[in-house]
This record gives sequence, structure tokens and C-alpha cells, in this order.
Amino acid sequence: MAEVPAIELKNITKTFGETIANKDICLEVRRGEILSILGENGSGKTTLMNMISGIYYPDHGQIFIDGKEVEIKSPKDAYDYKIGMIHQHFKLVDIFTATENIVLGLEDEGRYNLKKSAAKVKEIADLYGFVLDPNKKIYDMSVSEKQTVEIIKVLYRGADILILDEPTAVLTPQETQRLFAVLRRMKEDGKSIIIITHKLNEVMEISDRVSVLRKGEYIGTVSTSETDESALTEMMVGKKIELNIDRSEPHDTADRLIVAGLNCTNRENVKVLDNVSFTAKSGEILGIAGIAGSGQRELLEAIAGLQRLDGGSIIYNNPKTEMQEDLRNKTPIQIRELGVRLSFVPEDRLGMGLVGNMDLTDNMMLRSYRKGKSAFVERGKPKALAEQIVEELEVVTPSVSTPVRKLSGGNVQKVLVGREIASSPTVLMAAYPVRGLDINSSYLIYNLLNQQKEKGVAVIFVGEDLDVLIALCDRIVVLSSGKVTGIVDARKTTKEEVGLLMTKTFEEGGKD
Amino acid sequence: MTMLVQFIQRAVMQGVPLLFGSTGEILTEKSGHLNLGIPGIMYVGAISGVIGSFFYEEKVGAANINPFLAVIIPLLTSMLGSLIMGLIYCFLTVSLRANQNVTGLALTTFGVGFGNFFGGSLIKISGSSMPAITLSATSKCFKTTLPFANSLGVIGKLLFSYSFLAYVAIVVALIAGYILNHTRTGLHLRAVGENPATADAAGINVNRYKYVTTCIGSVIAGLGGLYYVMDYASGIWSNGGFGDRGWLAVAIVIFAIWRPNIAILASILFGGLFIIYNYVSIPGMGIEAQELFKMLPYLVTLIVLIITSMREKRESQPPQSLGLSYFREDR
Repeated sequence: MAEVPAIELKNITKTFGETIANKDICLEVRRGEILSILGENGSGKTTLMNMISGIYYPDHGQIFIDGKEVEIKSPKDAYDYKIGMIHQHFKLVDIFTATENIVLGLEDEGRYNLKKSAAKVKEIADLYGFVLDPNKKIYDMSVSEKQTVEIIKVLYRGADILILDEPTAVLTPQETQRLFAVLRRMKEDGKSIIIITHKLNEVMEISDRVSVLRKGEYIGTVSTSETDESALTEMMVGKKIELNIDRSEPHDTADRLIVAGLNCTNRENVKVLDNVSFTAKSGEILGIAGIAGSGQRELLEAIAGLQRLDGGSIIYNNPKTEMQEDLRNKTPIQIRELGVRLSFVPEDRLGMGLVGNMDLTDNMMLRSYRKGKSAFVERGKPKALAEQIVEELEVVTPSVSTPVRKLSGGNVQKVLVGREIASSPTVLMAAYPVRGLDINSSYLIYNLLNQQKEKGVAVIFVGEDLDVLIALCDRIVVLSSGKVTGIVDARKTTKEEVGLLMTKTFEEGGKD
Repeated sequence: MTMLVQFIQRAVMQGVPLLFGSTGEILTEKSGHLNLGIPGIMYVGAISGVIGSFFYEEKVGAANINPFLAVIIPLLTSMLGSLIMGLIYCFLTVSLRANQNVTGLALTTFGVGFGNFFGGSLIKISGSSMPAITLSATSKCFKTTLPFANSLGVIGKLLFSYSFLAYVAIVVALIAGYILNHTRTGLHLRAVGENPATADAAGINVNRYKYVTTCIGSVIAGLGGLYYVMDYASGIWSNGGFGDRGWLAVAIVIFAIWRPNIAILASILFGGLFIIYNYVSIPGMGIEAQELFKMLPYLVTLIVLIITSMREKRESQPPQSLGLSYFREDR
């Protein structure tokens, strides 16, 4: 093809410390086309786009714009090359109007005249079919209006190449359709659009070509018209990797936690859990798979008593008393007082799990400070427990009086998991317990979870690596946009099946 | 009637230092910095002016001072003193990202100590028998009023009887209000105070805005100290005379919901409330009850704070990242 691509990347590599975020990535975007970048979480999509928009600087590789090699060192450079990125987290000043946010930072516009700028904003909005009141304050806007402001901000600065990072993640289906209509109009106008997404149906619907990344590597680019969802899934998840995690057959299983019809809306009024139902059995590991932000966090926090629900029930079968308790909308202390032995290894280890500035012993005490009758806390047992965890889990630490934030990620996780297991739970929930851990530490955590399972604990494991989920769990619940899209037997399923369920979306009024 | 006119006049004179202080603090807070060092900075502004004028009077003799130099020298030394205070505050809170509350309080303690130390030294040098420095000649130059003020009756007394610094205070407040709300610089400044990460992404030099506004704010606040000593106190410096006015200026910022235009009226109101105990006489009211009247400004601030919080109007809230340090890499 003789046409010069609007933007071309050659052998882009970016590393953060030890981890390789992007490795030798080559990519090209033509004028007047929509390119989707598809990949699982952590496949390096956002990192790559951040290098085009000037937030990161690549370690190696070249970027060409209209055939000329360029260096993009800052977001301002990117604007000068007419590249604009719409980030997932909006960068807007709440108490400003749309226009004020759009002209923010522009120095070379002549006299400061908000009326004139507002007229120009309106003009751009009308040209592409956006609906936006230029004088509306951001705090009065819905998420989709805020997104519109971000897009117009980029267009106002004359961008020809637009990058949208998961633009539909926060939108309703109708809003998504409206956005797509606008994107098509921009495409007809000759603009190049890059969309980062992991929703396959949207990829098929909107894009001309798809580039797939997997674990930081470039897998390939295909024309949308020549591919289908299952071929894309295979490119995205890759071949199965054998992990050799020892998995015993579950025995003596009993229904421990029966979750039925959970509904939850977040602060932005978006439904994050939609009629979620499943049963966690004692003596098995129940996996929860899903793209990040599909409701995993809210689900675990709801069970742990940290998230208010709009509806549904969480029934706990107490093995000692044979009583059924509904845990919905109870506080963690109320749950504990019911005699429910629930342990939670949250995703945010040093935020929700442990206190970074406190030492190991003190962190143990977070679980036990209520015990005892005296006015003074008892330090002896927590200290013994800390020492026991250090020894049994081989935590590398100078002493039990070292603040946990000074430990490495794997050791922090061992301390947290160790503490949670020590209270001999009947339900153990672990969210991404091996994230950021090396292979050995990861296997240690898998073994700990397996030990708990063999002791008859109902283990709920939220993971992101499909290979691990399939090799470790007994059953897998798949979440997509807050809905359960399937519950599969981990021994019989395939990565492709889980991958498809993860990216499945429901249209209004029925299955897609 | 004369009593009322006199009361309003005194209220305005009380209000001017407060207005300088609150205008300075509003600018500073709009850049996201809570400068609790304002009382100290005003104190330093006052003593720096006193130092300048003291040595000028010493040099040429109080009788033959040049009126222009007598004004310009204290003005410059005062501004220099408060600028240095502003720079110290910026260096600690912007560059080193120290805690703003602690830094501010430390500066206030330092400023008051600095003022009292040099005040004491000057008293010693002057060999005065009283614990005060008197700079009446300089004060007279500062207090020059418009010649026609006295011939205009009540209107003249209410509107034109003040010295030039009082008008400067009002003009500065009006300019600050205009810049904040009607210029690109103001838009950028407000963005820095609301959401520095957004401002940074938009290509605004966040630290430069913080430094420049905080320093300008300090200089403006320092002028309040200078006005107090040269005009209100008739050129008499005595240690501790400035009192709680600095804190009152910080309170006005909240009362004026971060708007310099409102601060003009608020300062005069607070000035009135500050001295009202001299003008109300309730039969049987003793000296101890006066102290209750002195509470009024703070009481009013509390009520305003409650009302603005209840109304939840977003524009009336403090800048969103007030008191928070900004560091680009910490996401």
C-alpha cells in the first residue's frame, strides 16, 4: 500500500523495573480508520498508548507520524503532533464549566473570551453530533457528558489522531451507541481513532482493523471483516500453559455460602452487580474470573460486609450451629458476632489488608485487638503468631517489629494470607493473591489455598490469569459487567470458553 | 449621627489590615495552599516597615524627612520582609512538600518572635523610656488624606477621609477578584488549586503558579501589617500590639467564600464587629462583658461556615486540593 500511515510504531519496548510492559511492538494506524487494540488486563495496551500521548517515554523503538520520525516527550508534544488521548479517568476540574475545562492550559488563543470559546465548542459538538451544553458545570454532568467534554477538549486542540482508553467501560449501551455514531462521523472526517477495549462485540462493531496484544507482546493485526469473535479470543488468551498445581478432588462438600440475586449500584449510579447468584461449597476452590472492574471487588466486599447492596441475599450455613444467617448489609463486626468465620485477603494489600507503617505484630493485632477483658491489649499472642507466620511461610524480614511496608510484595502477601488463615476460617476470600508475586511465592500461595480447601474451607479465589484459574479452582464463576455469564467446571473448561464468557455482553432485553 | 459616622470610619480603618490579609490569603488558597503563616507574615510586614522607616528617620532626622522617601522606604522594606516569608513558605510546602498546616503555624510563631525581637532591639537603640517606638513623622506622611475630604461633610468623612493604603487595599482586592474570575491566568490558577493533576496535564506549570501566587499573597498580606502600624497605630510600634488580626484575616477568607470582592465588605464588617464593644453600652455591662463582644467576628464566621456547608453549593467550597501537596509521579 502506497498510503503513508497516520502513525506508525516500530519495535516499541518499555520496561518498568523488572517487568516488561511492552516488547517490540509494531503498529500502524491509517487516516480515516478506527483501530481497536484488544488484550487482557496487563497486556500493555494502556502503556503503549501512554507512549504515543507523551505520558511515558519508550525505552527503545521509533514513532513515525505521517512517515516522519518524531519524539514525544510530553502531552504537549503529543498535542503538537495532533495526537489526543482520552484517559479512562477523566482529568477535569469539577467546578468549571465545560468550556473552561476545554480551554484550560491554552495560551495562544489571543484574548481570553469564554463566549467565543463556548461558540467554538458548540461548533465542534454540532459538527460531530455531540450533545453538550458548553456552560454546564462538570459536577452536574453524567459520566458520558464528562467523556464528551474530554473528547471535545482533544478536538478543540486540533487533534487528528484520537486515542480512547476503554471509552465504553463507564457507558450504558445507549450511550455507547451514541459514542460510536460520533466516532464514525469523525472517521468520515478523516481522523484516525484508536480504541482500547476488551469487549469483543464492540471491536466487531466499530473497528476496521484489530491489533491484539498479549502479555506485553504484539500478536498480530487483522481486518475486522476477515475475523470473528472466537478467532480474536484465541489471539487474546493464547495457548494453554501447563502449570502443575496439585489439585485434589473435593470431598465432603457442603453448601457454605449461598449468594442469590445480588444487586449493587455505585456512586455514579452504574450497576456494578446485577443479579449475581452462586454457591460456594466447603472443601472446594471457587474461582471468579472476569475483566478487571466487572464487579469482583464489590462482590467480595459485599460478602465481607463492606458494601451496601440494593437487593439479594448472602446466606451462610453455619457448620457448628446448623443455622442459616443472612450476611447482607451487616458490618464486619456483626458478621463476626454471628460466629461466621470469614477471612478476606483484599486486592489492596497495604490499603485494606495491612497497615504499612505498623510492624508484623501490630498487624496481627488488627484481627485480635478485641480479645481479652483488660483495658490493655494483649501483645504476647499476636507476637507469637507473627513469629509463627514468619517461620512457617518463610517470610523474609529482619524481625517481627519491622514495618510491613518495608517488606517485598511477596512477603507482604505471605503475612496477610498467614494472618487470615490463622483465624481458621470457614470461608476464605482472596482477591488477586498472587498479583506482583514471583513464581515461587505464587506457588506457596496456591499451596496454602489448597491446604485450606482440604481442611474443608470454602475458598473463593478471584484471579486474572486464566491458566491459574483453570489449574487451581474446582469451579469458576465468570463475571462480565456485573453479571454472571457462566459457572463452569474448571476441569472440563478451556481458556477460550472462559475468555468468551468474560467478554460476553448483554444487549438490552436479551442475550447478545 | 456623628457617633455612627465615627464608628463606620473606625470600622473601615480596622478593616483595612484585615482586607490586605484576607486578599493575600484568598490568592494563596486559590493556588491550593493553606497559609496559616499569614498572622506571622503580617507581623513581619509591619516590623520590616518599621525597621526601614526607623533607620531613615535616624539618618536624616525626623524633622527633615522627604515625604516621598518616608513612604517608599518602609513600603519596600515591608514588602521585602513579607516576600521572604512567602518564599520560605513556598520552598517548604511547594518544593519540599512539607505539611502546610505545620509550616504555616511555624511561620506565624517565627514571624511574631521576629517582630518582637527586632521591635525590642529598636526600642533599645532609640533609648526610649516607653516600651514603644514612635515614628510620628513617617506616620504623618502615610496618613496624608485627600485635601477636599474635610470639606465634603459626612460623605467626605465616610468615603474620602482615609489614607492612600486603604484605597490600595480595595483596589488590590478588586483587581484580584477580576484576575481570578475574568482572565486566563485566573482560570489556570483556580485549576491549580482545584485539581493540580488536571492543570499539569493541560500544560500549566503548577509549581510556578503556586510560588508566584503564594509570594504575591504574602506581600499583599504584609501590607496589612504596615498599614496597621503606620496608619492605625499612628506610627507607634509596641510588641504584641497587632493582636489577633492575622487570624481574623484568615477567618474572613472563609466568610467571603474565597471571593476578594466579598472580602472588602466582610473586612469592614469584621472591623466593625472588632470594635463594636466600644460603641454599645448596655447598662450594667462591665469590662468582662466586652470580651464577649470581641467574640462576635468568630461567631459570625462559624455561622457562615455552617451555612455554606449546608447549602453544599460547590462554588462556595474551599478549593478542592487546598492543603494537599502535589507531586506528579504520585498517582
